[in-house]
Amino acid sequence: MLEIRNIHASVEGKEILKGINLTVKAGEVHVLMGPNGSGKSTLSNVIVGNPQYTVTAGTITFNGRDLLAMPPEDRSHEGIFMSYQQPVEIPGVSMNNFMRAAVNAKRKYQGLPPIGGGDFLKMVKEKRELVGLDADLTRRSVNEGFSGGEKKRNEIFQMAMLEPQLAILDETDSGLDVDALRIVAEGFNRLRTPQTAAICITHYQRMLDYIKPDIVHVMLDGRIMRTGGPDLAYRIESEGFDWLKETTPNS
Amino acid sequence: MDALIASGLPTKKDERYKYTDIAAALEPDFGLNLSRLPLSFDPRQTYRCRVPGLGSRVHYVVGDSVAESNVIVDDGRLFVGPMVEFAQRYPDLFRAYYNKVEGDSLTALNTMLVQDGIVIRVAKGCKVDDLLQIVNLSVGNVPMLANRRQLIIMEQGAEASILCCNHSATGCNNLATEVVEGYLANGSHLQYYSVEETSDNCNLLNTTAFMQHEGSNLEYGSITLNSGLLRRSVKIEFDGSNAQTTVSGLVLAHGTSHIDNNLLVAHNAPLCRSDILYKYVLDGSSTGAFAGKVLVNAQAQKTDSQETNANLCVSPSARMFTQPMLEIYADDVKCNHGSTVGQLDDTALFYMAQRGITPEEGRLLLQQSFAWDVLQRIDLLPLRQRLIHMVEERFRRGIGACGDCVMCGGNEI
Amino acid sequence: MLKSRVKSQEPRVKNDNTFVRDVANRDYEYGFTTDVETEVIECGLSEEVVRLISQKKGEPDWLLDFRLKAFRHWQTMEQPSWAHVELPLIDYQAISYYADPRGRKHKSGRQEIDPELEKTFDKLGIPLNERLALSGVAVDAVMDSVSVKTTFKEKLAEKGIIFCSISEAVGKCPQLVRQYLGSVVNYRDNFFAALNSAVFSDGSFVYIPKGVRCPMELSTYFRINAINTGQFERTLIVCDEGGYVSYLEGCTAPMRDENQLHAAIVEIVVQKDAEVKYSTVQNWYPGDKEGKGGVYNLVTTRGLLKGERSRLSWTQVETGSAITWKYPSCILQGDDSIAEFYSVAVTNNHQQADTGTKMVHLGRNTRSTIVSKGISAGHSQNSYRGLVKMSDKAGGSRNYSSCDSLLLSDTCGAHTFPYIDVNNDSSVVEHEATTSKISEEQLMYCNQRGIPPEEAVALIVNGYAKDVLSKLPMEFAVEAQKLLSVSLEGSVG
Repeated sequence: MLEIRNIHASVEGKEILKGINLTVKAGEVHVLMGPNGSGKSTLSNVIVGNPQYTVTAGTITFNGRDLLAMPPEDRSHEGIFMSYQQPVEIPGVSMNNFMRAAVNAKRKYQGLPPIGGGDFLKMVKEKRELVGLDADLTRRSVNEGFSGGEKKRNEIFQMAMLEPQLAILDETDSGLDVDALRIVAEGFNRLRTPQTAAICITHYQRMLDYIKPDIVHVMLDGRIMRTGGPDLAYRIESEGFDWLKETTPNS
Repeated sequence: MDALIASGLPTKKDERYKYTDIAAALEPDFGLNLSRLPLSFDPRQTYRCRVPGLGSRVHYVVGDSVAESNVIVDDGRLFVGPMVEFAQRYPDLFRAYYNKVEGDSLTALNTMLVQDGIVIRVAKGCKVDDLLQIVNLSVGNVPMLANRRQLIIMEQGAEASILCCNHSATGCNNLATEVVEGYLANGSHLQYYSVEETSDNCNLLNTTAFMQHEGSNLEYGSITLNSGLLRRSVKIEFDGSNAQTTVSGLVLAHGTSHIDNNLLVAHNAPLCRSDILYKYVLDGSSTGAFAGKVLVNAQAQKTDSQETNANLCVSPSARMFTQPMLEIYADDVKCNHGSTVGQLDDTALFYMAQRGITPEEGRLLLQQSFAWDVLQRIDLLPLRQRLIHMVEERFRRGIGACGDCVMCGGNEI
Repeated sequence: MLKSRVKSQEPRVKNDNTFVRDVANRDYEYGFTTDVETEVIECGLSEEVVRLISQKKGEPDWLLDFRLKAFRHWQTMEQPSWAHVELPLIDYQAISYYADPRGRKHKSGRQEIDPELEKTFDKLGIPLNERLALSGVAVDAVMDSVSVKTTFKEKLAEKGIIFCSISEAVGKCPQLVRQYLGSVVNYRDNFFAALNSAVFSDGSFVYIPKGVRCPMELSTYFRINAINTGQFERTLIVCDEGGYVSYLEGCTAPMRDENQLHAAIVEIVVQKDAEVKYSTVQNWYPGDKEGKGGVYNLVTTRGLLKGERSRLSWTQVETGSAITWKYPSCILQGDDSIAEFYSVAVTNNHQQADTGTKMVHLGRNTRSTIVSKGISAGHSQNSYRGLVKMSDKAGGSRNYSSCDSLLLSDTCGAHTFPYIDVNNDSSVVEHEATTSKISEEQLMYCNQRGIPPEEAVALIVNGYAKDVLSKLPMEFAVEAQKLLSVSLEGSVG
């Protein structure tokens, strides 16, 4: 589904990613771990096409199509969704209007007519219940005045609405207590199908207790240093990252 | 002179002089001490105004003459002394820096009439530990017009702190014009504080201009405790990136005094920061005016500017005019401004009364706490404490009670 | 898209600008002209012209005197230059001060209006046929210098409400007009007010009697059609004790390469316990992408909150005009009166706007609120200018102002010029302002959710302006939202 080949990327002239290779297949859940500044968030921003990040070399294809040639909204239409670590607030724009605009933009891309008002509200209600989001929240402005937990739950709600093929969860677990984490993770699990995949960026093992990963990658200084099974995450949890620094990157 | 004749004196129709009638201030028939009669008065003997806890070098300016008892400092690293002297010793430097301020007709008037002033020059990389203090004294048995000047040259990486105190030693009506020019070269750091503690019949028309180059840092503070008509026109210009300025103003006005602060911060370079806070407490029939404009030119991307003006009218006949302006031609900026005019909080007064604090004491406490955050911005701790003390005394015992000066109360000489 | 038709008596519109016109056409959908016979008086302004206008309208002597006094005063004045706009010196002799699209039919005494005019207003979405009208909205349709039709007049008259053109009111209720005309905006007030007082053409007159709540929205739709004419409308609204009215004003003009002058006066008098809501959706032709053409919108609009507990609320959405110079103001004279000003001003391409309000507090315990949202794009200049004045008699009064500016390009300017004068010790004035550019993070977030940039900007801007748009009556709020999006088209690269 997703093929990342030798990606180099920089932000404000500083090289952050120094040759990333990553393949994600349908049905897989990948976990990306690594200390702060190792390039995890940069990689996810490069995938969604944040203009602040400049790709200096390499390719990314999504279902065989050149992702780097697409504007961010088309990448979204193609089925890539990013759950932000700190979702931005958009004052005055209600969640309902925001989501209607997003859903209709995607339908237009797919050559479908705009969704009817009634159908849309039905869809909102359905997806809202799926992730346990208060009805009140969808009437409020996008993320404005939401608590940390509400924001993350709202991200998963939007994911449910847009039904992506590939979800990138950027530290969705940070700032959440155990209960909130469980609700968010359960919401995510309900949305999983054999056709979808996910990249999950995290610092903690506890997220992985809820979302069972297939493959774990560890990033250090802009490179993937080690790739392994779930046990790699446990070793990082108990031993930290230092032991990896002595080893050489896997191919 | 030509500039003065060409544009005439500013009138209330000029936007920047909207709140202050300059012609009326200049109307009395002021005497000029043109023949440079020595004033039979040594400020060093009678006048001590020092900041406890800070080694300070005091330089006196009496009327428009630099006192002869001042000791000129000129050790190659630092020059502090009369302008006339500086012009003789360093003619090139003088020519390079003097009167480069783009001023209005009031600046021209000062340039035309000025006879002497103080020059402070801090050489490249030199750090001055002691507080440099300038004391301006208004004197004379007849109404006098004094024209003062300050020239501050901060060379690359230089650091200094300057305190300028204006006092009055006369009961006579008098007027001073004052032009302060400051140059902050790359990476220099200047703290400049001005304290106005004269009397009802002392009037001052001040023009201050600072030019800031790359990475320089200016902390400018003006504290007005007592004055007649005071007009301060301050212009701070960023000519190099990554420079910053903190501007703080506190005005305590009473009687019929008229305090007008006109500030322009011009961002001409990217990545500069300006942080402006002015507070006024207006009592009696005093008038306060504040016009603060932050100008962000097209090349000044990533400007970060914050401007706050808060005012208390504590008597029914006090008046406040305020104009916090933003003029922005760049798009990647973060600029906020806020302005409030209000009174002491009744709920807080009542809460204090309920705890046994008298209304008078309560008012004092609230006014002091209102002024508090301006003084908190003063970096030099001894000076800050001294000013907090002076402000408290000013609130508690009224005007002219700085508690330390012999001259307090405006004795005539 | 309608192709402009050129009227026989007009000078031919130059065709050398077709490309630009076509591009601009896409954005400004009201740029067509109407082919009706229009009676236009010769260009130029003199005492004779003032007399001629008065004579054409069959005005009484007192009104002619009013005009002449204003004209003589205007002759002593100079065009002001203090606003943050580059307004060229206008050649006041090159403008015609009176254009009547009712043509000769009017003179023959027929009551029906020219079907072409009716069609024009249909096209603008303002049906003049009462059966087709927006439910609950009465319209006074003004084209050029005259009122074409006022709907629902009879129905309103049942309640004692007078809603008609001001020319008609001069004949019908001269005592009311004479009492209030110029009582809020004196002809000496400013240059354009003096000009308007001398040559004002038509506009609406509203009188709400004591204790009457107007059962429908009243609205005036202004349309400039004839070429080389200025529009100098005059609106007077008097709401008597305990009355209520909500009033809307909409404006459009054809696209022309020449600048057109619009110098209006709106006066509102609000008596004790009465309430007036005045909303404007101003969409005069803004000029093309190169800044050519467009309306100079130089208006004086002011309300007097005369009685105790009176209320006045201004809401404006300003998207059109090449130059806007407009400060809907409130004089809070009655104790406990309440005034509000909500404004969204959008400038794009080469538009310039200097707009804001004046809140003059004279009565005790008066309250005012100012919410201003400026949005600048392209090469435009957008300034907020506002005065809050607390007089020495206005004890216990409060004002809250919030002025935000949003920048959508690095070639535009956003400025804030607030003036706050406080002359007593028991009033509270709070002002806050922010200027920022449209957030990259917000845009990226929308893009990531699949919303394309242009749509994302419209979405964010509408959210930003929501506080103000929500104050508009329903029917207009939707229109205004669309207008905001259209005005900003092409503002993101």
